[in-house]
This record gives sequence, structure tokens and C-alpha cells, in this order.
Amino acid sequence: MTRPNTLEETPSQTAGPYVHIGLTPNWCDIEGVYPEDLGRTMVDAETAGERIIVSGRIFDGSGVPLKDALIEIWQADANGLYNSPLEKRGEADPHFTGWGRQATDGTTGEYRFETIKPGRVPCRDGRLMAPHISFWIVARGINLGLHTRMYFADEDAANGECPVLSGIGSKARAATLIASRGEVDGAATYTFDIHLQGDGETIFFDV
Amino acid sequence: MSDQPTFTPRDRSWHPPALTPQYKSSVLRSPNQRLLSLDTTLSEMTGPRFGHDLIGPLDNDLIRNYAQTGDAIGQRIIVYGRVLDEDARPVPNVLLEFWQANAGGRYRHRNEGYVAALDPNFGGCGRTVTGADGGYRFRTIKPGAYPWPNGPNDWRPAHIHFSVFGYAFAQRLVTQMYFEGDPMIWQCPIVSAIPDRAAIEQLVAALDRDNTLPMDALAYRFDIVLRGRHSTLFENRLEGN
Ligand SMILES: [Fe+3]
Repeated sequence: MTRPNTLEETPSQTAGPYVHIGLTPNWCDIEGVYPEDLGRTMVDAETAGERIIVSGRIFDGSGVPLKDALIEIWQADANGLYNSPLEKRGEADPHFTGWGRQATDGTTGEYRFETIKPGRVPCRDGRLMAPHISFWIVARGINLGLHTRMYFADEDAANGECPVLSGIGSKARAATLIASRGEVDGAATYTFDIHLQGDGETIFFDV
Repeated sequence: MSDQPTFTPRDRSWHPPALTPQYKSSVLRSPNQRLLSLDTTLSEMTGPRFGHDLIGPLDNDLIRNYAQTGDAIGQRIIVYGRVLDEDARPVPNVLLEFWQANAGGRYRHRNEGYVAALDPNFGGCGRTVTGADGGYRFRTIKPGAYPWPNGPNDWRPAHIHFSVFGYAFAQRLVTQMYFEGDPMIWQCPIVSAIPDRAAIEQLVAALDRDNTLPMDALAYRFDIVLRGRHSTLFENRLEGN
């Protein structure tokens, strides 16, 4: 590979088992340093869009859920706009950060985000992608953060048109990116389990 | 949409591979399948931004930000440097978070089992946002080395964990900074997950006598490089931010 750049990227190292000290200190009982853990709250009372809960677990190669992982998600607002200075197509919903950060539970391994269902975003050639949420995962034993995407099971038509999702050669592998929809206490919930290895290994992207 | 910027692909021979058996936790946590290459879209080329208003006055001072009865115990140090991209351009206004063990090598965490004492005045976390020149700086104590369950007798060299945001989600990076002259760097299974010695040396902060605070704190310099955009086509696209 030719590298036109003058410097090499700083190499990654694992976040280790105590990533919470740095990234969710209140969650691990280091209180009084920051008012609230960053990324804990993505929505407020005025956020536009359908409220959803996204939850699941991350499984290692022996089927055990990771209880010391950290997940960040990044997604568009209900209109498909990112709340980012680099968003040039319009003004994203000021009541939606688009970014969340959660630790997996220390007992069950479950993660949980309260967010909204994102709108569709075009890819480089202008074709619309299906609604999706970008995931980034770090943990002990993960040497370089893993990027994946979650798609929505109830978006069949959009999923079929999505250049990224429909471009995946294996239908069985593409299915690892699709979260099933359910309902808990009247709230729409999507379950997205991530498998680091083995049968049903989740697709991870070289972004 | 063809004027959307993109990044130079990640040099995966420079980073540690997913599976590094000497670091045992990687064995069951490394994907077996190849990564699927993704032509970056807005989903990867945008990212959250954190303003300077997020940062409290003590956030970059680990000696004082958890202090109950006095300063944290240990050798006082300044860690400073710049965040650059692969084209050596400064990356201003991005969030850095850092965490570390105390001077005895003990973390403040419920899962920590090392016998070294907790320091009641040391929490172990800090953060800052880079300035216009990509510069950052924080004050802390030098962390101790610690043993960890891997091989029968593995110890981590003294290190500070870093989390870095660029301006795009594709630049997201977590790494560790080591200290110049520490022989334990070269005995660590996590460090040696990185194949290239020159890449490891990029993680070793240099003792910087010129920035020492006399009678107070030693200084270590650690520059961080984030992925750069394709250099030729999109030279000026991102400057307006
Ligand atoms: Fe550590």
C-alpha cells in the first residue's frame, strides 16, 4: 500500500479492563470529578423522532458476554442529519446529540441506549443507505477498536436498497447486522447482539 | 456527493493485529473473519464535537481533581504534546480523555485486585480539549507498574491510557503512553502486540527537560497522530470548520 501521508497514525492499544475510569468514571464510582458521564444522555424531551431502546450483549468466542466492554454509538437524527460540524447538508436536531457511550453491565453484560430511530443518509454516490447506527467497541483483549453497524429489522425495503448492506456478499453474514424489533412496556426496543467470533460472527468494518 | 472527503486506509500492519496469543484476552475476543472494507460515508466522516466549555478547571489536573485532603501522592509530572493528522496538520478542538493507575500501580476500580494501596486523593481520570495548534497539557503523578493475570508473572510498564476523538468517527482511537527509558516496555505482551518497533516507539513519551517545572514537576512529551484524509483531492474541504 502506498502511503501518501508524512506521519503514521499512532498505534492502538487495548482499552483494558478499567476503561471506565477514564470514559465512564461516575459509572465506576469515581464521583465528583465530572458532573455526568459523557454520552449517557442522547435525547431530551423535545428530540424529534421515534423513541427506541437499543440493547444487547457482546459475546466472546466461548459464548460468554463481555462484562468489561465499552460501546460508543453514532447516528443521524430523525431526518438523516448528523449533529456534527462536518454536516454540510443542513442543521441537525439540536435536541439530539447523535452520540452515546455506555459500558456493558458488570453482571449481565448487557448494554442499553435510549435513543431515536435515525433517518436515511446518502452514501458517496448519492444513493440512500438504510437507517443504521454505527457502533465502536473497545474492551480488554481488543487491540484496536471494532467498527460495526446496526440495521433495523422492520426496514426491509430500505435495507434492500442500502448500498452497504445489500453489497455484502453473504446474506447470512449481512443478517448479523440486523437488530430485531420488540416491545417492552410499550417502548420500541431493538436487540442487537454482537458476536466477536464463531457461528454468527458479526461483520466488522475496515472503515 | 463526490466531493465528500475520505481517509487514507488504516495501515493495519502498524497497529496490533486482533489476535495476539501472548496477550491471552485477545484469543477469544478477536474476530476470526476478515474486516469488510467500507467505502467511507458520512456516517464515518462525521463525528461528535466537544467544546472547551465542557472542560472544568481541574479536569486536566489529576493531582487535584479527586483530592479530598491534599494532593495525590507520587512523582509530579506534566504530560503535554500535540494532536496531529497523518499530514502533520494540527487537530484543534478535539477531546482527549486519559486514565491511569496511582503511583503504586493500583487502579480505583471495583474489579481491581492488586494489593498496592489506594490513594484517597487520586481518582485517575482526566480530560482536555486541544487548542488551536492541536496542543494539550495535563498534570498528574507518574503511575506505577503493576502485575496482571496473563502469564505466570506479567507486569505492565508504567503507562497512561488515552482516548482520542478526531473530527470523524473513523478517527476514533484508544492507546497507551509509556515513559522513556522504562525497560519493562520491552517485556510487555500488550506492547509487543504491535509488530513494528518504530510503531512502539511512537508510544514512548520523551522526558523533556526544557519543559520541566523546576522544583515541582518533570515533563513528558507525547504527540498523537490521527488518521488523515486523502491528501490530494480534498486539500481545502475541511478547513472551514
Ligand atoms: Fe492499564
